[in-house]
Amino acid sequence: MIEVKGLSKRFGTVQILTDISAVFETGKVNQIIGKSGSGKSVLAKCMVGLHVPEQGKVLYENRSFYDMDRDQKTEIRQEIGMLFQGSALFDSLTVLQNVMFPLQMFSHKSKSEMEDRAHSCLKRVNILDKDRLFPAELSGGMQKRVGIARAIAMNPKYLFCDEPNSGLDPQTSILIDELIKEITEEFKTTTIVITHDMNSVVETGENIIFIHKGQKWWQGTGDELLNNDNKELNEFIFAGGLMRRIKRSLKN
Amino acid sequence: MGIIGHIGQYFHLLKETFSRPERFRVYWSRTLEEMDLLGIKSIGIVALLSFFMGAVITIQTKTNIDSPLIQAWVVGFATRQSTILEFSPTIIALILAGKVGSNIAAEIGSMRVKEQIDALDIMGVNSAGFLILPKIVASMFMNPFLVMVSMFLSIFGGYVAGTGTGIISATDYLQGIQTGFIPYHITYALIKTVVFAFIIATVSAYQGYYTIGGTREVGISSTKAVVYSNVVILIANYALTQFLLV
Repeated sequence: MIEVKGLSKRFGTVQILTDISAVFETGKVNQIIGKSGSGKSVLAKCMVGLHVPEQGKVLYENRSFYDMDRDQKTEIRQEIGMLFQGSALFDSLTVLQNVMFPLQMFSHKSKSEMEDRAHSCLKRVNILDKDRLFPAELSGGMQKRVGIARAIAMNPKYLFCDEPNSGLDPQTSILIDELIKEITEEFKTTTIVITHDMNSVVETGENIIFIHKGQKWWQGTGDELLNNDNKELNEFIFAGGLMRRIKRSLKN
Repeated sequence: MGIIGHIGQYFHLLKETFSRPERFRVYWSRTLEEMDLLGIKSIGIVALLSFFMGAVITIQTKTNIDSPLIQAWVVGFATRQSTILEFSPTIIALILAGKVGSNIAAEIGSMRVKEQIDALDIMGVNSAGFLILPKIVASMFMNPFLVMVSMFLSIFGGYVAGTGTGIISATDYLQGIQTGFIPYHITYALIKTVVFAFIIATVSAYQGYYTIGGTREVGISSTKAVVYSNVVILIANYALTQFLLV
């Protein structure tokens, strides 16, 4: 479980996040949704320590991240896997080397053990046959799969996914969503997905946090989402034509 | 951010860079790769430049001191002194700031804008140390080697040009390059080279590491890396000459 308490962040004079408090539950796909520029990525980056908040706490199983020393932070970071929007695979390394990278840096496994572990992760995301290719030789969907494989290589307790569906076609998006959900259940991770893909939210969201103008505007489950009476949230959810049709059909 | 802010951030980055490596073996392997990329792959341009630089120094020296009062071997002497004291350490450093510096800034800058540095940080890897330290070590180890090659080829280039065009005899040239040789000048040149290597690697890495934006900004960082490295090299060159030779 990850708990955020009273987190505020500003860049210069611009206030990005104001007094955000939320709980992200273990074994569930927790989603942070909101418009572009609402502060959801900044919230995730504050949670993993890429941005330092001015105020507030981030607690990993009651361990306060910003009260830790460097070594303690390094230890907790080994429990975190992250899938980036652009996958962030290392261009000069092959798929196999990318997945092996965190193992090389932090595990004490032999080379063959690391290769076995990397292969099992690649097999888990159904991309084992591409292990000798470089990231530039893969499609966007394949890169996301490799990103997931690298993120789970160290058996993380916490999995962060920053817009995992961006740039993907609807079918591939569904596959990636399903994969994230399966991995969350299988490894009992606390998964946090930052997204504005409403299909993904409706399909996989179990604990949804809506960020609006840098504040936590709403929190609830996927079922509650479609029947809420929050004006700003409804404007966000039903901005697309498809979602408006769903809303009409739900009313009927 | 003002210049004081940049200097502070530069030293903060150096502190991060020289923190304890997570896995020494991985760092060593990366250092060997960087030695190949930054050092071995620069031999061609250094050799070409040095040979012709020496040839031009010899011809220009001869044409400018063509007087019966000056002995012929002075041409070889001047070529050697110019090469060892200034041309090889400084000009090669400026050339390497262009070739190696832009490469370092572009590579690290691209990694920054593609979130690869964020990925390293989240894994718990000290990204500054992992990316920059091997480049510093490789540059400080390989650049003296490149400068030694440059010194030899520049003096050899002077010999080929001088004797080939007939403006100086082989005997006079060889006498010139041996006359009044002070071994400390080689030490001085190598000290400068090591300092310049550190400047190239760290200033360029700084520009790349703090790139914000996209591909256009990577290009701007790359250009800044070359310009600022050159400026700092020229200032350091003056300071070191004053300190080591005067």
